[in-house]
Formats: sequence, C-alpha cells, structure tokens
Amino acid sequence: MLRFAARRVLLLVPILIGLSILVFLFVRALPGGPETALLGENATPERVAQVRELYGLDRPVYEQYVSYVQSVLSLDFGTSITTRQPVVEEIARRFPGTVELTVTAMIIAVAVGIPLGFVAARRYGSWVDNLSTAGSLLGIAIPVFALGYLLKYFFAIKLGWFPTQGREGSLMFRNEHPTGFYVLDGIVTGNPEAAVDALRHLILPALALATIPLAFITRITRASVLEVTGEDYVRTAEAKGMTRSVITRRHILRNAMLPIVTVVGLQTGLLLSGAVLTETVFAFDGIGRFLAQAVFARDFPVIQAGILFLAVIFVLVNLLVDLSYGLLDPRVRTR
Amino acid sequence: MRNLRRQGVVALGLAGLLVGTAACGGDSGTNDDGASGSDEGGGDTLVFGASADPVSLDPAYVSDGESLRAARQIYETLVTTEAGGTDIVEGLATKWEADEAGTAWTFTLRDGVTFHDGTEFDAEAVCFNFDRWYNFEGVQQSPSVSYYWQTVFTGFANNEDPEQGESLYASCEATDATTAVINLTGPSASFLPGLALAAFSIASPTALEEFGADEVTGTGEEPRFDGAYGLEEAVGTGPYTLESFEPGNRLVMTAYEDYWGDAPAIETIIFRPIADGPARRQALEAGEIQGYDLVDPADYEALEGAGYQLLSRPAFNVGYVGINTAKPPLDNPQIRQAIAHALNREALVQAQYPEGSEVATQFMPPELFGHADDVTEYEYDVEKAKALIAESGVANPTIEFWYPTGVSRPYMPNPEANFQAFQADLEAAGFTVTPQSAPWNPDYLDAVNTGAAGLYLLGWTGDFGDPDNFIGTFFRTDQPSWGTIPQEIQDQLEAGRTETDEAARTALYEDANRAIMEQLPGVPYVHTSPRLVFAENVVGYEPSPVSIEDFARVSFSD
Repeated sequence: MLRFAARRVLLLVPILIGLSILVFLFVRALPGGPETALLGENATPERVAQVRELYGLDRPVYEQYVSYVQSVLSLDFGTSITTRQPVVEEIARRFPGTVELTVTAMIIAVAVGIPLGFVAARRYGSWVDNLSTAGSLLGIAIPVFALGYLLKYFFAIKLGWFPTQGREGSLMFRNEHPTGFYVLDGIVTGNPEAAVDALRHLILPALALATIPLAFITRITRASVLEVTGEDYVRTAEAKGMTRSVITRRHILRNAMLPIVTVVGLQTGLLLSGAVLTETVFAFDGIGRFLAQAVFARDFPVIQAGILFLAVIFVLVNLLVDLSYGLLDPRVRTR
Repeated sequence: MRNLRRQGVVALGLAGLLVGTAACGGDSGTNDDGASGSDEGGGDTLVFGASADPVSLDPAYVSDGESLRAARQIYETLVTTEAGGTDIVEGLATKWEADEAGTAWTFTLRDGVTFHDGTEFDAEAVCFNFDRWYNFEGVQQSPSVSYYWQTVFTGFANNEDPEQGESLYASCEATDATTAVINLTGPSASFLPGLALAAFSIASPTALEEFGADEVTGTGEEPRFDGAYGLEEAVGTGPYTLESFEPGNRLVMTAYEDYWGDAPAIETIIFRPIADGPARRQALEAGEIQGYDLVDPADYEALEGAGYQLLSRPAFNVGYVGINTAKPPLDNPQIRQAIAHALNREALVQAQYPEGSEVATQFMPPELFGHADDVTEYEYDVEKAKALIAESGVANPTIEFWYPTGVSRPYMPNPEANFQAFQADLEAAGFTVTPQSAPWNPDYLDAVNTGAAGLYLLGWTGDFGDPDNFIGTFFRTDQPSWGTIPQEIQDQLEAGRTETDEAARTALYEDANRAIMEQLPGVPYVHTSPRLVFAENVVGYEPSPVSIEDFARVSFSD
C-alpha cells in the first residue's frame, strides 16, 4: 500500500508542472493581456508599457515562467487589487468557508444519494426507482442559481426558517473565529448559539450545492449495485444460504463502492473549486465568490492565484480518491 | 430487505434532523443580543445591504462608493453639502472665507469636537491631515490610491511622476485652535466643493500615526495597505465609531457617545456586503437587511407593491452622443444640428431608461448651479433635420457611428440598444450610418480619446457638486474626442474655475452652457437617477446627488 501511495504522489509532480504551465499560459492569453486587465479604463500606451515592464511581460516567455514558478514556490502571489491585502491571506481566510459548505453539501448528497440509489436498485422498476431516476435528472438539469433563489424564496422569505445570505447573522459580530470554520468555532469557543447560527447559514446553500452530486451519486449507486447484484459470486453466496444482510454488506456494497467513491471524490473536488454560483447567490464568503468578484473586478493577481489554488485542490482530492481505491480494492495496489 | 429499509429510514431521518435542528434554531437563535435569520435589525440596529466591502476605511485612499459610504458615517469633512443637494454648508468648519486673490482660505472650526479616540479636534489636526495628503510619497501617489487628492489638488510636495502637475495646495497654518488657514498656489473654485468629498475627511492624527496609516507598500497598480489603520482602526469625528470590520462579512458601526451634533437615533449600523442584486432583494424581503442601494429598475414595481419605499437619488450624470467636430462632415455645424434634430431622445429615454430619468438639454444635470434653462434646444424633427442636411451642402452624408460592447453604465445600461435606436433615427433623416463597435476597454475608449471616432456614445458621472467637474472636465482644455472647441468657450470655463464669487461663477457657467449647446460638440440625451430601497418603517434617509448620505438622521418609525 505504501509503495502504491508513493507512486501516486510522485505522479503528482508532472501533473502539477503541467498545471502551472496551463495557468501561466491561460492568464497570459486573456484578451488584451494582464496589463489591460490591470490598468482599467483610459490606459495610455506609456502606462501599458510601464506595467508590462513591472510584471516582466516584456521579457522572454521562458524567463517569465521561471520567475512565476519562483513566486509560486515562495507562496508570493502578490496583492489583491480590490482588497489591497496579500492574496495568500485572502484565500486562506476564505477557504474554511468553502470547505464547510462543501462538507455539508457532500454529507447531504452521500447520506441521501447512496441509500436512495441502493433502494432504487434493489427495487428495480418500482415507484422508488422511477422517482429516484426522475429526481436525478431534475437535480442535474436545474441550474444551481435558480434553485438557490427558489430555496431562499420558500425557506427564507416565505417560511423564515433559514437566512438568505452570509455565513453568520449580522448581529453575531462579537463571535470569535479561532479556526475559521464557523460551526466548529461556535463549539470550540463554547458558544452553541453561534454554532447553530452558522449551521443555519449553511443549510440552504448546501442544499443547492448538493443537488448535482446527489443526482450523480444516486444514479451511479443504482447502476453499480444493479451490476454487482447480477454477478456470479452474489448468486453463489445466495445459493450457499448466506443471510441477506451479510450478502449486502460483504458482497454487494463493498464491490459496488468503487465507482461510488470515484464520483464522491470527483464531486467533492468539483464543489471545493466550483461553488462560484452558490456562494454568489447566497453571499457566502468563500473562495468561489471571491474568485467571481475578482473576475468582475479584473483582479488579476487573485484570478491567477485562485485558479492555481483550486486546480491544486482538485488534483489533491483526486489523489485521495486514488488512494482510497487501494484501500477498497487490493487489486488496484498491485497494478 | 428489512436492513435496506432501515438504512433508508436512517438516511431520511438524518436529512430530516439536519433540516429540523436548523429550523428549530430559528426560534432559539432569536434573542436580544444574538438574533439571526429573519427580522435582523430593527429597534436599535439597522442592517444595510452593500454591494461590496469598503476597500479601506481610510478615506484618503479610496474612490469607490462603498468605501465612501462607510467613511461618511465615521468621519466628517470641513464643509459638506446640504442634505439632498449640492450646495456647500457647514461641516467641521462653521465659517470660511477666501482672501481677495482666492488663494488663502481661512476656516473657522467648530468648537468642542473630539475624535473617537478622545483626542481634540482642532486646527492642528486639520493641518496634520492636509500635510499628510500633500506629502504622500511612493505608492501613495498612485492615481489608484489618492484619486481624489489628485482630482482636486493635482500634485504633491514632491511629485514622483515628472508629468504630474504642480500642487494646488501650498500650506496650512493653525493660527489658533479653531482657525486654520489653507494656502493655495492659485485660485480654484472647485477647491471648496471638492472639500466636501469624503476623501478629505479629517482623521485623528494620533490614530493615523499609531496605526500606520502611511504604511503602503506594493506597486502603483497593486498597492498593499500594511498598517492596521483603515482595516482594524478608523478614527474620525463622525456620528458613528467603528466597532468591527470583517471583510466579506460585515462592517459594524455604533453611535459615538460624545458626538458634537444630534445623537444618532439608531445605535448600531451594519453594512452587509451582498454583491448579487437579486440576493440583496431577497435579503430585504426576508427582513435580514432594511435597505440597499442601486435597485434594479426591473424590481421597482414589485418592491413598491410590496410596501417598500423607493427613494430616488437626484440625477448626477449625463449620457451623450459625442461628436468629433474636427472630422468631416461633422465639422459642418448644420450637419451637427441635423443630427441633434434627428435623434428621438424622448423615445429612447422612455423605452430604455428607468422611470425618473430625464431627457438632457445640456452636458450637466439640472441639480447643479450653472445649469442654464434657456440653452438652444434641438427638438425631435425629422423634416427639419432633412432641411438642414440640404442646406449644409453635404450630399449623402455618411457618418461612422461608434458604440461600445461589453459594458453597462448608469447613463447607458445597454449601449447597443441606444445605438440601434439612434441609428434608425439618423437613417430616417437621410444619413448613411456606418456602425463601428469595439470592446469598452481599452479599444473603444482609445478610439474615442484619440479622436478616431466621429460620432460616439459616452457619458459621465460627477464626482462632486461643481460644474467644473462636468463641462470643465469636458471642454476646458483641448481633447481630441471633441475635435476643436472654440477658444472663447475654453476661456469661459477657465474663468469659471478660478472665479471665487458664487454669483459670477453661476453666470459664467450658464453662458458656457449656452455657448456649448450652440456649438454642439455632442448631443446630451439623458440624466438617470438611481434608486435606493428601504423597509417601510425606515425614515429620514435623504438621497444626495453626490451620495453624501448620513445614517445618523435615519430612524425607525415605530
């Protein structure tokens, strides 16, 4: 297992190098280049030239790349143009929010999706199955922002159960945030009210965010369980007179898990990097909203660092998924 | 199978529990000091939905609306504007007077004013602030950092950019505790109205020094504020003190106990950043905020119908069709007049602009002094336009008409729609129109500013209440975008800028407006007025054309 893990970690190196080249090229391919993104309206050619010199955009591309990698390795991503604070600090401050949101969304998606997919497969063709299939289609088809507004309309405006925006109530400004994970902060600082408040702010955005992974997880669980149930070894186990629960646990669930874990992992990576719409609609102060605002404000240092950061997160989550294969299926380790 | 059922039940139960606890939290979480969810604010707290966080709470370094809105509550300026207008009234100074040359301004300061840190507000503090701005160096001199200082005072003690003009500011003397004399290098009429800008807020010298307000590093394009001042600390004399500022989350301000003026009615003001427009509206409807700015015109009716108050901010911008008078056939005055008569401005404003927008007759809004009621007006008249073309002697006039893409401005929400309407109007009058479009920045603005564009769509939003900030900016100096502006108009505007007698200035600008509309270097067509929305029980908010709006006058009606 260790050798398998080591090999997978080593494989990261070329991926990360490729990634850094892609992000580097992407930013330089922006219309007008970073200099117009930076200077905004009414830039004179002289100013453009100054900025090109300042950022080394007038130097050969390979030199630019080397200095870019140097600054990335020293975690120096420059200063945000909108907040005028170091980009690294700005991202670090917002990442816990995105993690909290993603984890809550994935808990909802897994807790509902796997049992639902399982029941649908075991009762193939029943109303549960049909409902889950229709629900999955709807979950994938409905735009997240539309769902966000709808959820807010019913659960916040009409029913008043949840707040429409933010990470904590406006009046909770005396709360302390030692970790940046607000629910955890409430517990750690012995302020249960703050924890409940933070949780209430998480539910609606998490529900909106959970729909797509929920739909995928349900469908893949259903398909995977259906496939495994038809395998010879399941029939053999049944023939041997094993109890239903043993067959389900040992033979069906574990073997059906591999594709499910893949989907859960991929979706977690996607959510961590792609909650732009949900965070914007819910004015939730996470990475996604920060990045979206940076794009509108042409905050070039944030865009560049943000893309790289999210890509690295995605790659790391994928690594974890790969490693979990090794745990679930011994055959993978030897391959 | 039973097992499966149990799993399903567990999962459903779990989901139910999540929703359930959270819903219960709605009741238990609402109490005196920790209300959450719906019905936040009210009583002694008002929550306002901002479109973004303030960049900094040091007003000397900002030019964006949200930073200035916050600064208005925490700080005060020497002079300010009357509520809802642009006339200059007392601020921290109760009297002011210029000498004959218009270069030495004596300000008599309000007595008994203290900063939030307990230090005394006096003439020394005023001079400290002015000298601080004047002595900005390095990154502080970047236009993105000290925009308004450069707009009003041009340069610094030591200009680092040799092309930067000489500073209008010369020195400040504190002759006694309540008298400050500000010396200028030349007369300037925009000096006094400029001082009402929040950028010239007087901050506590002690706090500025203690919390590193001048610690700005980085580069001109990427300035970095390293000091705690502006992020953790902000100390002025205003009705509200900074309680806490968490970017992305909220800005909390509480009433200042020792405020010299009337104590604010609402104890705590919270600005909550909600960038998404529909999300702001939903937060209002859920009772989480009690008001927000820049309401989407599409929401006017629904919000009003639901009992919210919509307040209109007087128009302080202008949208115009610019004409490069150096480019044939636009150099022909009759062709320009034909264009003005051909454009159906009323129809466009009615179709494309929110209720409350006005058709413009000149290049500055009617709220501003110097606006002349009797400028030459060019009513919509296709026949007259055709006749003028015939008189002009230009056969089959062809015009390149430029419009920007990928941009929306308050005075031009949808440039393409404006272009299409005007193009049809011009063609109906017999012009041949060649459409030219370019991305707003940099291509479009370059084309206009370098004089490449003949006819073009553009506009302007005023920074402060002075005609020099409108027609002075446009026509006082030669600019390729307008072609040739007659010297006498330029002279009139220069005279207006340096004249310090209010009545004489008004007359000069009225004359200038008449001359400009006679010359017709463009066709102004719209002034728009943005709106704010508030909950039904919020009273006392007075929208100002220059956004000098004071939450200290706001209260709840019940």
